[in-house]
Amino acid sequence: MLDNFVVAIASGKGGTGKTTVATNLASAACDSGHKVQYLDCDVEEPNGHIFLRPQIAASRQVTIDVPQVDTEKCTACGQCGQICQYGAIVCIKDNVLTFEQLCHACGGCFRVCPDDAITPKPLEIGTLACGKAGAIEFVSGQLNIGHVRTPTLIKEVKRHIHPECLAIIDVPPGTSCPVVEALKDTDFVLLVTEPTPFGLNDLKLAVELVRELSLPFAVVINRYDVGNEKVEEYCEAEGIRVAARLPDDRRIAELYSSGKMIVRELPEYRNCFVDLVGAMEAHR
Amino acid sequence: MKEVVVISGKGGTGKTSIVASFAALAKNAVLADCDVDAADLHLILNPDVKRTTDFSGGKLASIMTDKCIGCGRCEDVCHFDAATFDGPGNDVVEKTYTIDPISCEGCGVCVHFCPVDAIEFKEAVNGQWFVSETRFGPMVHARLGIAQENSGKLVSLIRKEAKRIATEQNSDLIIVDGSPGLGCPVIASITGADRVLVVTEPTLSGRHDLDRVIELTKHFNIPTAICINKWDINPSIAAEIRDAAHSRNLQIAGEIAYDPAVTKAQIAAKSGVEYSNGRLKGQIVSLWESVLGVF
Amino acid sequence: MRIAVTSTGESLISEVDPRFGRAAFFIVCDTDTMDFVAIENENVAGGAAGIGSAKRVIDEGVEAVLTGNCGPNAQRTLDAAGVKLYIGVTGTVAEAVEHFKSGTLTIAEGPNVPSHFGMDK
Repeated sequence: MLDNFVVAIASGKGGTGKTTVATNLASAACDSGHKVQYLDCDVEEPNGHIFLRPQIAASRQVTIDVPQVDTEKCTACGQCGQICQYGAIVCIKDNVLTFEQLCHACGGCFRVCPDDAITPKPLEIGTLACGKAGAIEFVSGQLNIGHVRTPTLIKEVKRHIHPECLAIIDVPPGTSCPVVEALKDTDFVLLVTEPTPFGLNDLKLAVELVRELSLPFAVVINRYDVGNEKVEEYCEAEGIRVAARLPDDRRIAELYSSGKMIVRELPEYRNCFVDLVGAMEAHR
Repeated sequence: MKEVVVISGKGGTGKTSIVASFAALAKNAVLADCDVDAADLHLILNPDVKRTTDFSGGKLASIMTDKCIGCGRCEDVCHFDAATFDGPGNDVVEKTYTIDPISCEGCGVCVHFCPVDAIEFKEAVNGQWFVSETRFGPMVHARLGIAQENSGKLVSLIRKEAKRIATEQNSDLIIVDGSPGLGCPVIASITGADRVLVVTEPTLSGRHDLDRVIELTKHFNIPTAICINKWDINPSIAAEIRDAAHSRNLQIAGEIAYDPAVTKAQIAAKSGVEYSNGRLKGQIVSLWESVLGVF
Repeated sequence: MRIAVTSTGESLISEVDPRFGRAAFFIVCDTDTMDFVAIENENVAGGAAGIGSAKRVIDEGVEAVLTGNCGPNAQRTLDAAGVKLYIGVTGTVAEAVEHFKSGTLTIAEGPNVPSHFGMDK
């Protein structure tokens, strides 16, 4: 049984099938008797709930500490404005202004103030929801629009990883720092791609990232029968294992569009996901 | 001169493929690829790079090993787990601290609090941006490095340069391939644009993300139109999107049916309208005329 | 009096830039002598542009800013420094200064555009 194992499902390019793979993998693993958690770390556009249809048991706001200035204690020394790299706290003449949405919660201003005039104030950046989708434990984050602290919310979601489980993380697309936060400290990464020029281009970026982070990984090729051979050739040349291939079945696209699970509706594909679980067990 | 920005909310809806076709159809335009995290437009437009500039989005802290006294203050004050006690020894201590450049957010707090001034704080090179020529005109694009913060700063730079070139060359139009998602890079892609086209797909996920994206464009008061791509994958959700658009007074500028020609065109490094002479071309041209029609 | 005018170019005959935070230039001039200096705005491609631009003109010791539109962060910053903000200003920089001297400009009550408004143009 796969326990104490964290798998991240990622992709350089959006729309390749990350959430399809993550949700169906979670379902197949659960049916095979594993204790499964699904964590939706694509906090800007979480979609896992559309397919897993969880019953949400608890939901809370996630906050960061932003500065609040006590004007009685403040001596307008200007140090807080000097240390802040983000324009979130600014000293103008004898006034200290705060711009909360720009705060990166680095803690600098609190530490540097010689007059103890700055205290933390919570700022809501997004919601965290927990529940169950059948026997799958479901955790998801959704960032409030306009906020910059995506990595902070992702970190909060990942705090719910339970060592007794197989934890499946749905990672945001791309290679920027929210992706790094989602991938950090995982045991295995599945990179989902499609065999097209855009797919290959973005796969290479994702491979560069997982190698930079020294994470073991394999590739899942979605819609493997459209496009050309170049993704397969690239994986072969780089010694990258292709752990699964899904065909360009219009029925899969249609099920996806209605928020339905492949492993439920198209039993002939169940094996594909069960095998994928097996591939990860073997890696372990 | 007008600026049209194409965004998608959810990734993979066909935004870049459509922008490539718009580039082919436009008479006198400058192109800007603002999808800096995973840029793909260059794979179709095949740009000839004329100028490359390093981009710095912020600073990075780095410990000078020979000055470090191993006190650990940097680790104490770092909120991003970037400082660790795993560096080589020096004349004074057996082990020193290092800062992981991937985790470092450039906040400068460790730099300030290091008791021996052992930490350098320098402009980081986070990526590069390019000014190029393509068969459809000038193109400004970029490559953001791996694991970088995508704050929108690089996106703003690209748009600024595209605007400068368009003014210089008396272009009629700037066409922007915008960033996916909803964060700062998207905001940086759309503010001040004359028109936004949201490319969506008839799926529950696409629908969910479309709602969030429209909130964003409304907040910035930018006239917005929608294109339903691959509409025939789920005609009933396509119909829901049409109704939702109608009820919010948003134009459906076009609908494109699923077509294998799109992938074939991409493999041939051609835009859809260059490759196809049939239904696909017709639908894209109609979409284009509709988007331009408001000007 | 020393004032700043947002400008698309470096001279008094340049058009007023309708944005504050991401204006191309600030023309800082003495309204009595019409001596002036053009400052290129370094905040155009950054975050916190409004705040950065406000700080810049405040450092120049201006008593008033003339512009088209100004967002909330910049306005708060200018306000904290006691700098008066005039909005809806159009025409050339020289014309704007004349209108200011004749007292026909509109002073801002609150920020007249949402944040991030001027980010591209």
